[in-house]
Order: sequence, then structure tokens, then C-alpha cells
Amino acid sequence: MSEPWDPSKPILEIENLSISFFTRLREIPAVMDFSCTVMAGEAMGLVGESGCGKSTVALAVMRDLGKNGRITGGSIRFKGRDLTLMSEEELRHIRGSEIAMIYQEPMASLNPAMKIGAQLAEVPMIHQGMSRDEAWKLARQIVADVRLPDPDRIVNAYPHQLSGGQQQRIVIAMALMSKPALLILDEPTTALDVTVEAGIVDLVKDLGEKYGTSMLFISHNLGLVLDVCDRLCVMYSGEAVETGNVEEVFDKMRHPYTQALFRSIPLPGADKNARPLVAIPGNFPLPHERPQGCNFGPRCSYFVEGRCNAQDIPMVAVPDGHRHETRCLRSTEIDWSTPPAAGKVTEKAEIGRVVLKLDDLKKYYSVGTSAFGGGMQKVVKANETLSFEAREGETLAIVGESGCGKSTFAKVLMGLETATSGQIMLFDENVQSTPIQMRGTDTISKLQMVFQNPFDTLNPSMTVGRQIIRALEIFDYGNSDAERHARMLELLDLVKLPRAFADRMPRQLSGGQKQRVGIARAFAGGAKVVVADEPVSALDVSVQAAVTDLLMDIQRKNKTTLLFISHDLSIVRYLSDRVMVMYLGHVVEMGTTDQVFAPPYHPYTEALLSAVPIADTRVQKSRIVLEGDIPSAVNPPPGCPFQTRCRWKAQVAGGLCEKEVPPVRMLEGGHQIKCHLPDAVLASMEPVIKIAAE
Amino acid sequence: MLYFVLRRIGVMVLTAIALTFIVFYMTNLPPNLEKLAKSEASVRMADDAVASWLENNGYGGPVLVRYGEWLGVMPGWTREGEDGTLRGRCIANGTDPATAPRFCGILQGNWGFSTVFKQPVTEVLARSLGATGWLMLWVMIVMVPSSLLLGVLSGMREGSRTDRVLSTFAITTTATPEYVSGVILIALLASATAGISPILAEAGWISGKTLFPGTATSAMDDITFWNFFLPVMTIALYGIGYIARMTRASMTEVMTQQYIRTARLKGVSFRQVVMKHALRNALIAPFTVIMLQFPWLLNGVVIVETLFNYKGFGWTLVQAAGNNDIDTLLACSVVAVFVVLVTQLISDIGYVFLNPRIRLA
Amino acid sequence: MEDALSWGSILLRIAAQLLPVWVALIVTFALSMQFKRRLGLYGRIFDSPVGMTGFGLVMFWVFTALFADWIITHDPLAQLSGMKNIIPGSPLKDPAEGAYPWYLLGGDHLARDVFSRVVMGAREVLKIAPAATVVAFMVGITLGLPAGYLGGRLDTTISFLSNLVLAFPVILLFYLLVTPEIRVTGIPIALAAILFIFPVIFLTILFNSRFFTTPAKRNLYVGLTLLFGLWAYSGLAFNADPLGIWSMDPNMLNVFVSVVFVNSPGVFRIVRGMVMDIKTRDYVAAGQTRGEGPWYIMLWEILPNARGPLIVDFCLRIGYTTILLGTLGFFGLGVTPESPDWGSTINYGRRLLAIAPHPAVVPAIALMSLVLGLNLLADGLREESMKD
Repeated sequence: MSEPWDPSKPILEIENLSISFFTRLREIPAVMDFSCTVMAGEAMGLVGESGCGKSTVALAVMRDLGKNGRITGGSIRFKGRDLTLMSEEELRHIRGSEIAMIYQEPMASLNPAMKIGAQLAEVPMIHQGMSRDEAWKLARQIVADVRLPDPDRIVNAYPHQLSGGQQQRIVIAMALMSKPALLILDEPTTALDVTVEAGIVDLVKDLGEKYGTSMLFISHNLGLVLDVCDRLCVMYSGEAVETGNVEEVFDKMRHPYTQALFRSIPLPGADKNARPLVAIPGNFPLPHERPQGCNFGPRCSYFVEGRCNAQDIPMVAVPDGHRHETRCLRSTEIDWSTPPAAGKVTEKAEIGRVVLKLDDLKKYYSVGTSAFGGGMQKVVKANETLSFEAREGETLAIVGESGCGKSTFAKVLMGLETATSGQIMLFDENVQSTPIQMRGTDTISKLQMVFQNPFDTLNPSMTVGRQIIRALEIFDYGNSDAERHARMLELLDLVKLPRAFADRMPRQLSGGQKQRVGIARAFAGGAKVVVADEPVSALDVSVQAAVTDLLMDIQRKNKTTLLFISHDLSIVRYLSDRVMVMYLGHVVEMGTTDQVFAPPYHPYTEALLSAVPIADTRVQKSRIVLEGDIPSAVNPPPGCPFQTRCRWKAQVAGGLCEKEVPPVRMLEGGHQIKCHLPDAVLASMEPVIKIAAE
Repeated sequence: MLYFVLRRIGVMVLTAIALTFIVFYMTNLPPNLEKLAKSEASVRMADDAVASWLENNGYGGPVLVRYGEWLGVMPGWTREGEDGTLRGRCIANGTDPATAPRFCGILQGNWGFSTVFKQPVTEVLARSLGATGWLMLWVMIVMVPSSLLLGVLSGMREGSRTDRVLSTFAITTTATPEYVSGVILIALLASATAGISPILAEAGWISGKTLFPGTATSAMDDITFWNFFLPVMTIALYGIGYIARMTRASMTEVMTQQYIRTARLKGVSFRQVVMKHALRNALIAPFTVIMLQFPWLLNGVVIVETLFNYKGFGWTLVQAAGNNDIDTLLACSVVAVFVVLVTQLISDIGYVFLNPRIRLA
Repeated sequence: MEDALSWGSILLRIAAQLLPVWVALIVTFALSMQFKRRLGLYGRIFDSPVGMTGFGLVMFWVFTALFADWIITHDPLAQLSGMKNIIPGSPLKDPAEGAYPWYLLGGDHLARDVFSRVVMGAREVLKIAPAATVVAFMVGITLGLPAGYLGGRLDTTISFLSNLVLAFPVILLFYLLVTPEIRVTGIPIALAAILFIFPVIFLTILFNSRFFTTPAKRNLYVGLTLLFGLWAYSGLAFNADPLGIWSMDPNMLNVFVSVVFVNSPGVFRIVRGMVMDIKTRDYVAAGQTRGEGPWYIMLWEILPNARGPLIVDFCLRIGYTTILLGTLGFFGLGVTPESPDWGSTINYGRRLLAIAPHPAVVPAIALMSLVLGLNLLADGLREESMKD
């Protein structure tokens, strides 16, 4: 620290870094030949799909790779000093004081048994030898700096007493306690809701500017990187494949993987029928099964046999670029401006008769408030006056953040819970108070569900084929085992999985493949209405496109009604016909996709739209950051559920928002909004997302 | 919180009543009563003599009624003898029946009379519990600190050499029940023909024949290191291994938590990571284990007291059970159940206090 | 008359007597190591030194019990004159023709051969402990699954009962439950009638929930289960097997039932806890949304995914059962005086510890090594199953 360091030199220089993990059986290279530089005050984004080694790089910078991980080559220079050669003691002085890290799971990264203040104060007490009182004072000040209300209360609180967003702010505060020169953020907002995420991203950007901190920002979300970073580095299977300024990489990418990645994410303008997404074919290679030569070779549409798989590919500078490099032999040969080969354009599916109709559905739970059972009973209103209908062949998206009641709604619909009041008409049957045990096989097989978590959706101790056959047995399909077996193979074909997968165990499948099995199982009985609960949100972006595509395909073939539950507005805009926005159990807005994505908005929809990061440099968004966190469903605010965070509240006269739940208002074209705002104000709303003219 | 404690106490009382009733029922089964009658009166009694003896001594009548009498919620039995004197449960020998109370169960403080020890049960219990109290105290003093230390040391660096050595020790002691370790310890340290005592005696380093005495009877009057070391170690060894393993598991789990990494990457030294961040979280689980260990210690106490002939609670229990001394046995089970339930309650409450996540929720 | 043996030659001779055990162990290990990649979790034991040590110790005693007839040097019940409490390696006073000329590990207080008794004792222990543990598991699983999965009043009731049993000091329970007087009352038979029906119920539900969609298969499996299950049940619980194949000595039944009774609540607690965890998984929800019955979900969706910890607990619990059996023997409960089981041998030996420690120490070490083996095996399994 005392050594002079020239601020014009890079603050972090990683050169040819290689990292391996050693297991009993073999050495698994996790990162190979990775180089990147971060200048003072710069924010560097590290982007890639899960398993590409981006977090490993971050941990290597902290020199915290665990027992099995080892740096096998290269150097990491921080302010000119090589971290790979430092002793534990030297590292200890750098960790926390000069390099600090922020993690994905805020709850897990705070000590549950220590007060917030003590955890914060520890940092300057160790590194600057500050006295306890002074350190606590500083802690209080930094807590105020990260815009937390009532810092005095917070420093004396325990982590579990704060919400997820507040916890993440505390983790950020902890990282800033000793004003580090470099901040590493490992997916800092992945565990948070979008509207909360927007606040954190804003905070990180502002603090970075205020303290002049350099940042290494790790994320799988290209939109977020565009928001936060100056430069980025795209990683694929342990290697950096492209690095450069954010605008340059986004607009003039020079690596096939980067290009394919952008083509597989739903940007504004994509459309499921006219301009479908292009999924990247094939699968991510396992670390010990990487191909010879270019790692992306087998999935690349520009692949040339004998050249791309001949030798290791070096990083080369892109001509006319600003510190723009790519790991592609053919970067100068390919015409990067060719639009993607037009995917199969499909006809818009016809929307048929009403198959599902909900009328004034309510679901209340009663829960004990104290941790010891007993005490006061409280009623949680998970769903309030839910009314809508869904037609054959239609995709209805249900959008909302945690606690909005979408999962409860799915449970009630499926019959795992019964409704408190109201009606559900499924085809011609009233099912609101029929639990699943009482429903007929036919009703059950017509209404099925695709689950969110691919690692949880299949029974780990049963073969894939067996699980599909079981569904067929239950749905009374076929007369013999042979018939069912044949049908199971057809279903595997339907979801585009090799028939050999029938004998595999789920652990041998990747996330995307598991999700396909889940879809096959849902369609085993020829489902007519499918509830898809965030079916792709846990998948990598390149896989998301393929799974979404598959769902759409099957939907067109079977004329299925799809209830698509999601928090991701980009994908909702891409594939749904109609959208329903939920907040704390209420439907706050409903209409066709175009109606919902254009003004007039419900104030919540407006904020939600603004919060979703979009990976497109042409898009201009108005920035609306909501205050605070989503209130708990156990203790909702009086009046309008959104009033605590609404920026339009002042426009309603007489504090009506705090007193009354707004009525549902019908706007033109069947567009519904639950809001007190006068028509004039609604009409004056500006679109949140504008696409700059090309 | 108050509601929680009250609820727990309610469940406790219910459990205690159920358990004592089971014991009461089992000890009052006809064959057991017959055995009692024969051992009390005469071994060669005929069946009808047994029946009348039982009837005369208050063992007749429905079990529930007698349980109520024992508990003190039903009036005690009374019989008019052939000589016209009134005898009864609540009428002590030689006192006027008129002044005797109607109820005299444990609720009134009457625990009955021991048929084996020929003493009121309260006296028997007081003496034996006192003796066992000392034994438990020393076991705790030896067991708790050493097992926690062992567990923390081996858990803080999983897979290290220290960990392997300590874990092997812990797993070996958990595989050694008290009657095995006791026998081995005696053979090793307190046998005139085997172990180290003959060698020491030959070398003239010890005055007696053995290093330690093979019994702890003398500790009833005067506890010394020499007469108490073996029984205490025998009980403690098993517990040490068990608690150490629990502590280790808890410690290794805590050490892999994200917040430990956070602390490490804050620049906290390893020592401080263990002391400040890991320890408190890691000790929550072992605390409940130590508390729940009491019932098992009770087992150890019974075995060790029998093995070392130390006339404490366990020894009394065995004597009472072996001779179907109903009142003593019931009293013992009340004590045992009480100990078990109270420790469970303490462990629950303690858990809540150690874990801020629950306390303030 | 031969000379007394030195410790070296005692050990050599014991090793020679155990020859069939060594051969069997070598064959088992060689075959298992050869095919360990194809043997699933069992094969993975051989990746862990701890697991391998444990498995070796356990198999040592299993094979000893199996080949006990070939290994013993004397009839474990025979009392030879002049051999009372003699030290290990002593020669027989006047050996009969063809008799083994030494007491390798000395004689006990009734002048019987300690070595032969310990070997036969292994058979006693390994006959009861695993079987009792299996029954305890069936009871614990059959009750723990619905308690954890359905919750509510059922859970409260069963949990209360299991806590009741757990709150009983084990020894008190044994003193109440395992006595000749109790046998007269028929309580052990009543308990057996309750506990032994659980395996039959378990298997019946298991097959029925899986195969009810194809009645032909269902009828076959359920029919076979009921036929064999009830046949064995009638014999074991009531000693009423018409063919007389299944039966249990009342003494043994008493011990067996008590051990199962003490063990079941522990299993119940573990199963219940695991079910509460696993029932929140999506594949359980998937089963529910396709209209599976609760028993199918419990037995085929949840139970197989709880197998790892259950297998580990199974190993530990056999060890615990062994300790319990030893405790019973130690207090002289439920066993005949001649029985060579380790617990009662320790009990008789302990009274003479000061003069002749070997009759107690030898079975003590045997018992310890078996339990240690089981604990090590469980540890190895736990470690390996967590490596996924």
C-alpha cells in the first residue's frame, strides 16, 4: 500500500491465467489462458453462461479457490503486485481493504449471529486499527450512504430482520467500509426481484463514481452489463472469447458466440411468429470434454473443418477496435452484418373458444404469526378477486415479483389447494373447490404444469423413460406396457431428445434437457391447458430460446392454452398474446401485450418495464427506481397495494390511495387497470422504452 | 414466548402422566404382584392366599383407581383388619386412623415405602440422587469442555491430520458402550493380574495391588481422584465421542458457509474467523445435543453404578426393578422422566436464545 | 499334556482357526474392488479408506458368524474340569481324543472355552441386530411417511407417542418389558402382533400404489406379499404357523420386540424430518398435479430420494441395536445363562475382573470392534454419498 502506484496504469492485470480443479479422478481445467485488464475507475463486465468460469476468475483474484482449486499458470497483478505470489498474511491485508467482494446470496453472506454494525465495523478495525466506537460511527455513516432508512436501527439489527434488498445493501456497505480500489461483484442481483435489482444497480453505479472504485462485474445478464459497465469480456467454456468496450461488443461483435448469444435473447422487436429467436444448437461442453481447437466450434455456424479444430486459437486484436479482441480465426472473413438466416416463419396460431374462465377468485390463508405456533392467527390474502378468461391456443402471461400470488394461483388452479371463494370454469366444469384427488383423470390430464427448477422437476432416482411412462399409466393411456413405451419414445421425439435418453437418470441430463423431459411429461396426457411456472428462468440464455421455442411449437400443434408465469418482461413480450400483471395478490393491469407494454400504464407496470435491463444499445429507457422493497403479503399496506412505492400517488386527490383499493377500470380495447389515477394523468404517460431510430 | 413455555409444560405434564401410568401399569401386572406377594409374605403361598394378601394390602381393585391413589387424586384405600383395626394407604403404623389424611399420593409428598430398602422412598431417593449428582457433575466437568474442544479443533479444518486423528478417537469412543469401556478400563488399570497395575506394583511405584480400585463404593463417603476417576471416565468417554462428532459436523458445516468466506475475504485472520464468526453458530447444534444427552447419560449412570458398585440412582433403579419394588421404581421413573423432559425444555429454550434468527422472529 | 502357549502362538493359532473368514474376506474384497464402478453406492465404499476399514470389520464378524461351526475349537457350552478362569493359551488338563488341546483365550467362570463362546456369540448378535433393525425401519418408515407428508393431527399424535417412548430411559423400559413375568401376561406377543404387521403393510402399500394401474401385476405382487407376509407373521408373532417353519423362541421374541420398540421412534423421527424436506420439491408437486395418490408419492417419489441418509442411519442403528442387546445381556435380562451372547458374557466376566479379566475383556473387544466397524462404514457411506 505504501508503494507508489501510477494511477494511469491498470489497477488489475490478469495475464494468461489458468485455473484447474483437482478431483480424485482427474484435473479439471476451469479457466484457460484468460487475460484482462481493468483501469482505475473502470467497470469491467464478465459475461457468460453458468459453468464458463467467470466466478472462478473472481475467486482467483481473491485467491480463495478452496482446497481443490489451484492457479496453474499466468499472473494476476493488482496495482503492479502479483497476487499469485503473495503469502496468506499479505493477502489478508489486501482482502477487504483494497479488494472487496459482493456475492449473489446476500442472506448467506451475512453472519446470522452477529449484529450488522459489528460485521461492518470489523473491517476498519482490522485494516485501519480503528477504535470500536469510531468504526461503529463509520458503519452508521456508510449504512446511510447506501440509502438505507433509519441507520441507527439497522446497525443494531441482525441480518434476518432485513429484507433481501436491504441485506444486499449491507453487503455493499461492508465492501465499501475501507474504500477499496477494486470491487468484485458476483451476480449481485440475481437473487433479487427486478424492481429491487434496479435500485441496487443504481446504487452500485453511483457509489462507483463517488468513490472512484474500479469494478469487476460478473453477470449472465447482458442487459445489466450494458447498464453498469464500461468494458466487458465474454467468456465461453473457460476462455475469454471476446473483450472490448461495451458499445463496440454490443454493436460490432466479432465472435460467433457473442453474436449467437445476442440472437438468442428476446430483444424488443423480436416476435415469436415473424422474427423468432435463434437458439444456439447443441450443448455447453463439459470441462473435461472440451473439443480440440475452438471450444465453440461444434456449435458454431461459421465452423470450418480442419481450421477451427486444428490448434488452440489465440486472442487477436480486432482491426479499428479500441482494445477490442476476439478469439476467432475467421473474425475478419465473416460478414458480421448479415442478418440471421430467417428462421422458420410461422403463422400466428388461431385463438379459439374459451377453455378457462376465472370469476372473482379469492384465496386466503390463515397463518400463525409467532414462530412458536399459536398466538394471533392472521389472514394472508394471496389472491384477491382474480377474474379472467383464457382461450384455446392462446398464451396468457402472468407477470409479477415474489409474493404477488402467482404461485398460489397456480396451486388453486391445479387443485392442490381449493379456492376461498369465486369460480374456476375449466372447459365446462366448475373446479374451484374440487381438490385434485376428486378430479377425474380426464380433467387432470387436460390441465398440466411445467415447473420452474430443472434440477428439482424430475425425481432423481427414476429413469427419464420411467417417469414419462408413469404419467401415461396414471392418465390411462394405452392398453399395454409396450404401447405406453412406444408413446413415451414419441414424446421424447416431440421434445427433441434422443430416444436413448429413456434409460438415463436425471443427473446425467443438463438443465435444458431436464426441462424438456418435464414438458414431455406434462404433455403425456395431451394437455389442453398448461401452466408454465417460470419454465426457463433457471436456464442459461442460449438454452432458454430453444426451450421457449419448443413450448411454442407444441402449443401450435396441440392448440394448447399456455398460462406463462414469469417475472421476465422481455420473454413475456416475445411470446405472449395477453398479459396480466399481479402485485400482492391483486391483478393491477391486464390487456393484450401491446396494450400493456405501451402507455397508459399502471404505475407498477411502468416501474417494472423500466427496471428490466435490456441488452440493446438502441433502447432508451426512462429510469424509474422504486423506493424500498415489496411489502410482505402477511402485512399488506392499506388501500391500494402499491401505494407505498408509487411515484404517482400525489396525483390522486384526497389520499384516496391510502384508503381504498382502487376499482378495476376498463380502458379501450378491453384493457384493464386497477388504479385511482384520473384519465388525464393516465393519458399523459410517456412510453418507458423508446427505440432510437437506426 | 410465555405461550410457548406454557404449551411445552402442558405437553410435559401430559407426557409425565402417560409415562408414569405405563410404569404403574407394567409394575402392577398380575404376575409382578404375585411375585411381590410371595417375596413379601411367603414364597410358598397358594394362589388364593396371594389374592387375599394383595387385596389386604391395597393391591386389589382397578389399576386406574390405584394409580389415582398413588398420584394423590383419589382417596387412599382403607381396610378393616380381622382384629378390627383400620389399616390403609394413608395410615402410618401405630397412628390413629381418624387423624390420617384422605389423600396421600405423590402430590401430597408421599412417595411410598420401599420394600427392598425398608425405608421411605423419599429417603432412598434423596441419598441416591445425591450420590449420582456428584457423579454427573464430574462427568459434565470432564465431558463438555473436552468434547467441544475436540469437535471444534477437528471441524475447523476438515480433512486435516488433526481432524483425522481426533475423528478416529471420537468414532472409537462412540462405538464403545459403557459396559465395554468400563470393563476394559478396569482390566487395564484396576486388575491385579492384567494391565499396568502388576507392572507398577512390581516396580514398587504403587503401594497397593492395583493403581485404581475396581469399585467406587468408597466414593459414597469421600470422593477422591482415585475412587472416582474410573467411573467418571467410563461415562464421559462415550459422551465425549458423541458430542465431539456432533460439534465437528456442525463446525464443518458452518465453515463452508458463505458468511465465513465473507469474513475471510474481509481480511479477518483464520483465528478470528473461528473465534468470532464460526464458533457461536457452530455451538447451537451441540448445545441441544448436550442437553438431549442427559437421558442417555442416565443409561450410562445405571451401567456404571452397577459395574462399580456405586450406590446412586442407577444402582437403586436396578435394585428396585430386579425386586419389583413398585414405589421405588415409580419414583425412579418420575425422576427419570422429569430429567428427560426438563432437559428437553431447556434445550428448546436455549436453542431459541442462542439463535437470534428464532428469538426475534 | 501340552505346554501353555505364548501370546505369539495364541494369535497365530487363532488366525489359523479363522482361515475360512480370511478366505471369504479376500474373495469379497477382490471381487468388489474389481467391479466397484458398476456397483453403485456399495462400490463407492471402496473409494474411501474409512468405509473400507469399516466394511472389513463388519464382514469379518459376518463371516465369523457364518462359519462359526468350523471355527470353534470346543463346544461353547461344554465345561471341562480344571479349566475354570484359566489364562489364555492354557492346555487342557486331560484332553479327550481328538479334542483341540488348548483353551486359546482361556476359560470362564464355568470352565468353558472363551474363544469358542465369543465366536458363537457373534452368531447370536448378528442373528438379532440386523433383523430387529429392519423391522424397526419398516415401522419407522410406515409411520414417518404419512406423519411428515400429511402432517396435521396424525403427525401430532404419532410424534407424541414416539416422544413418549424416547423419553423413557432405555434401561427402565427393558427392566419393565423383558422379564419372565411379562412373558406370562402376553404383552410381548401383543407388541409383536403390532410391530410385525408393519412390514406386511409396508410392502402391500408399496406394490399397490405402484401397480394399481395394471391390476394383473398388482394382484400378483400384493397377493404374494400377503401370502408370505401373513404366513411369516402368524408364525413369528403368534407361534401359529401351520407348517411350523416360522417360529420364535418366546425369550428371543421378548428381546426382539423390545429392541424394535426402542428403535422405531428414532427411525420415525428421521424419516419424518426428511419427508418434510423432500415434499417441497417440484417432482413431488409434479406427482400431485398428475393426480397420484399420497402413498405413491410417499413411497415412490419421496422415499427413494431419502435413501442415502437412511442407509447411513441403518448402519449406525445396527450398531446401536448391538449395544442395546449387550446392555440387555449385561443386566441379565431376557437371555438364558448358557447363551454365549457377548453382553451376558461380559456380565458374568465382570464379577471376576480383578482376578481373571479375559472372560469379560474378549467379548468386550469383540462387541466394540463390530460397532466400530458399523460406525466407520456409516461414516464412509455418508462421505461418499455426499460427493455427488
